[in-house]
Amino acid sequence: MRELTCIVCPMGCRIKAYEEKGQIRVEDHGCRRGELYARDELTAPKRVVTSVVTVQGCSELLPVKTAAPVPKEAIFRVMEEVRRVVAKKPVRAGDVLVENIAGTGVALIATKHIQ
Amino acid sequence: MKEQAIDIAVIGGGPAGLAAAIAAAKAGVERIVIFDRQAELGGILNQCIHNGFGLRYFKEELTGPEYAARFIAQLAEYPQIEVKLETMVVELTADKQLITTSRRDGWNLYQAKAVILAMGCRERPRGAINIPGTRPAGVYTAGTMQRLMNIEGFRPGNRAVILGSGDIGLIMARRLTLEGIQVAAVLELLPYSCGLNRNVVQCLEDFDIPLYLSHTVVEICGEGRVTGVKAAPVGSDRRPILERSFMIDCDTLVLSVGLIPENELSREAGVQMEPSTGGPRIDTGCRTSVPGIFACGNVAHVHDLVDDVSEESRIAGIAAAAYVLGEESIANGQKRVKVVPGRNIRSVTPQEIVAGEPSALYIRVAFPERDVVVTAGSHRSKHRIVTPGETVRIVLRPEDIDFNAGVLPVAVEGGEVNA
Ligand code: SF4
Repeated sequence: MRELTCIVCPMGCRIKAYEEKGQIRVEDHGCRRGELYARDELTAPKRVVTSVVTVQGCSELLPVKTAAPVPKEAIFRVMEEVRRVVAKKPVRAGDVLVENIAGTGVALIATKHIQ
Repeated sequence: MKEQAIDIAVIGGGPAGLAAAIAAAKAGVERIVIFDRQAELGGILNQCIHNGFGLRYFKEELTGPEYAARFIAQLAEYPQIEVKLETMVVELTADKQLITTSRRDGWNLYQAKAVILAMGCRERPRGAINIPGTRPAGVYTAGTMQRLMNIEGFRPGNRAVILGSGDIGLIMARRLTLEGIQVAAVLELLPYSCGLNRNVVQCLEDFDIPLYLSHTVVEICGEGRVTGVKAAPVGSDRRPILERSFMIDCDTLVLSVGLIPENELSREAGVQMEPSTGGPRIDTGCRTSVPGIFACGNVAHVHDLVDDVSEESRIAGIAAAAYVLGEESIANGQKRVKVVPGRNIRSVTPQEIVAGEPSALYIRVAFPERDVVVTAGSHRSKHRIVTPGETVRIVLRPEDIDFNAGVLPVAVEGGEVNA
């Protein structure tokens, strides 16, 4: 059995996950999203990565995030690519900066407008 | 200085001020002015580039800037809200007169019918915790480091130690790690983490960053620049056990030792303060002891979640609007009860409940406990774990409260007793 803290919402439910004969059974989750989180944690944990990138000709930094959670083991590869990104003005929140960041199949998007 | 008459002055353009101003405008108030010291709205959210905001309020997972943008975009629909940026309120009186200063507009005098205090909180500085040793470069508070890294693009060092496990410290442990700066340890004086458990999981455990509970920094070493800190375990009296101290090499020390509501203006206006929260005493309409002055967000009490700030501030905006529009008499005639904190309660906000108003209580416990029952009047709810790092939010029904009693006892009862 593994005890997990669900990070999907602020309730932070302490979820119990049992692995029996290749089957995963989940207990004490507050909702369905928690059950999915626990299953993912045991099989393929994922996280959203957030950071900042520079903007050409602008001293302001642009906050960014992966549009969806990426596999946990890809986090540092994603960060390496994020560091090389230079955005161009104007940027709107939601604009795609990199279509497929570090081969994860997930886009890197802006999270703020910069005029 | 010509006096300008306005309906509501909102001091602070962060999440609290934004939500309050919008709610007041929706309720029909005509002249609302938001004052903020910074060059842009959004307050602390601008430097909180991580995600996890908005799950309760918008049912979506947003980053700080995205969360702020949701509110800032709404301002366009409300021409009755004026925004004064890079403007500081330097004086506030109980009569709701404000003196402001800004480089562009110089000094200004406003007479408001109502004032909403939404100044937020600030970090406890290092001085407040008195660490012996030299005073080299490389020591930052967590929030300052967050601003330096996320707004100014500054790389603070190569190897960091974080003292204190408040949420900003935990978030910065992850942020530093992602930027390739090794976090050698997070030290926490108390025997439990002071941040949200989900942050311990996603910021420390995800990256195998060690969390030393019941430990503190007893000395900062280095000439010119930090070269390390001397750490030591603490006994149950929270005094360091020096014989067991050890060195941790680092060039950066991050302090995350708590937040305090920023209430200089509130005090100046003569608002009654609540020692357990560090903010003004407020009721369920966010009314302070001074009629027409309201307080919401982190200036009233430090919140764990911005979603709760938005919700509380919406209520403040509505109550301030009722005051300005002369509908306040409705609340005045209502019965009230004072919240009386009991066993294992550090603070409860609001401190007074007005009959007929929605009654969400934010409860901070004094120490962690398992399998407890939280009681408030005749409200009873079971909780598997309560810790000082995570506020307990309960919503009372009118029938939970005996308004004739004048008081509402709130307590955390041991699980076994009530099981
Ligand atoms: S299980 Fe559901 S309710 Fe519990 S923390 Fe996860 S998402 Fe939130």
